[in-house]
Amino acid sequence: MTALLELRGVGARYGPIQALHGVSLEVAEGEIVAVLGANGAGKTTTLRSVSGTVRRSGDVRFAGKPLRGGPDGAARRGIAHVPDGRGTFAELTVWENLRLGAYTRRGAMRDDFARMQRYFPWIEERRTQQAGTLSGGEQQMLALARAFMQRPRLLLLDEPSLGLAPLLVTEIFRIIRELNEHEGLTVLVVEQNAHIALQLAAHAYVLEVGRVALSGPSEELRRHESIRRSYLGY
Amino acid sequence: MLGFTRKTKVSTGASLPVLLGLVAACIFLAVGSLLSDIFAQQTVAGLAQGAIFGSLALALVLIYRATEVINFAQGELAMATTYIAYQLTLWGLTYWLAFFLTLVISFVLGVVVYGLLIRPVQHRSVIALVIITVGLFILIDGLVTWKWGADIKFMAAPFGNEVYHAGGVSFARQDIGVLVVSILSVIALWLLFQFTKLGLAMRAAALRPAAASLVGVRVDWMLAIGWGLAAVLGAVAGLMTEPSQFLTPTMMQAILLYAFAAAVLGGLESPAGAVVGGLAIGVFLNLVGQYVGFASSELRLPIAFAVLLVVLLLKPTGLFGRRQVRRV
Repeated sequence: MTALLELRGVGARYGPIQALHGVSLEVAEGEIVAVLGANGAGKTTTLRSVSGTVRRSGDVRFAGKPLRGGPDGAARRGIAHVPDGRGTFAELTVWENLRLGAYTRRGAMRDDFARMQRYFPWIEERRTQQAGTLSGGEQQMLALARAFMQRPRLLLLDEPSLGLAPLLVTEIFRIIRELNEHEGLTVLVVEQNAHIALQLAAHAYVLEVGRVALSGPSEELRRHESIRRSYLGY
Repeated sequence: MLGFTRKTKVSTGASLPVLLGLVAACIFLAVGSLLSDIFAQQTVAGLAQGAIFGSLALALVLIYRATEVINFAQGELAMATTYIAYQLTLWGLTYWLAFFLTLVISFVLGVVVYGLLIRPVQHRSVIALVIITVGLFILIDGLVTWKWGADIKFMAAPFGNEVYHAGGVSFARQDIGVLVVSILSVIALWLLFQFTKLGLAMRAAALRPAAASLVGVRVDWMLAIGWGLAAVLGAVAGLMTEPSQFLTPTMMQAILLYAFAAAVLGGLESPAGAVVGGLAIGVFLNLVGQYVGFASSELRLPIAFAVLLVVLLLKPTGLFGRRQVRRV
């Protein structure tokens, strides 16, 4: 199988600080892949280098073709990026957020909206509510729903568990798994919580100071000595 | 699921006291107009004046929201586009054909100004942007004077000089025309922003450029369109000013200051506030001029700014300033 997303020796920097030193990774179509690592390891920057929100070097290929240009181009190619901080338009209503999610798509969004409601049934009655007044968990779900309305081929998710109560984290990850299984959505997820990420993902990459330190099937990584000590805590 | 039944209050632009104050002001104007013919005449004339302040103020707010800079050249741009309309009528176009063609030209002009002058320095510094708009002010002023001269020019009166009589009250057809055209252009813009995909994308680009680009919005284009639309509004303001002030290179300078006052009174970030602020200032100035003995026309500008100062001291966010309920 050829990879949907392929990074070869990708580097990225913020001013004088080099955040990525030649990261290579692959995401196959229909797969969930996790990127793990400590704070500052380059997880968020890896996602940003895919969506083009950071200046990058190296080779990024999406669906067999090189990915060029900024984030709006990536969005039009079918990449949805839910960034850290969720990228929700707090000042706009829930419905307007969803319409913006469908911005790159043409035609009526009624079918997509109905489909989206299977996963987020509570959204209908909150349509006119200002997004900034939703709770943290609701905002994370709205961010997922907005990404869904884009009907992407690849979803980039940055720390969906951040700042949420454990029960909500479980709920969010259940929805991500459903989206993957029922909609065939390919997901590249960055996560601090190695436990839950390794349960969700088929493959995982572990970053350390801007490089891939370890990679492989989640099953193997879970048994790996250093992973257990550094990230799983037993 | 947990916690999804809770309802939170959705914040609106204006707070309850402000809305009540506005309603009270409307009732005061209505009752006054019924009791006194002169009051009614002055109110309508004030609304017409205020609608012009409001459209120019709205142009300022549009640009402030998109680029976070006060465009000091907005009035001069409006003046220049009015001269373009004048030139078109000289070439034989009818007034309204020239009017609409000028709106198109203004849009292009606004986009070009953004692309050529604003975009290159947009992310560098606010001071640089301010200096550029001030420079643009001087540049346009010079170019217009060089091309058309500093003496007064006249265009055909778009609304004629008739006067309507209702009871003992007489309304200038021109005032009504100015009011209707200004309000229609504001409504058209509101419809665009509220109900179209383009308008939504423009709002998103102004509010959160990074997030907007992630959903596929071309932020630069949206900001350019915003500058174009602001220039169109300015052109409307300029063309509606011409019938009462005639054409001179300085025709919009005082009006820009009233528009500043209106925009700040409305809250600087609120489009509705800018329009309401403009109307309020227009009516207020006219009524004060009519009924307060010492307030001659030389005092109009100082009075406008005295009002502004009082409002800023009492309510610094302006009438429609946003105070948001936000949970993170």
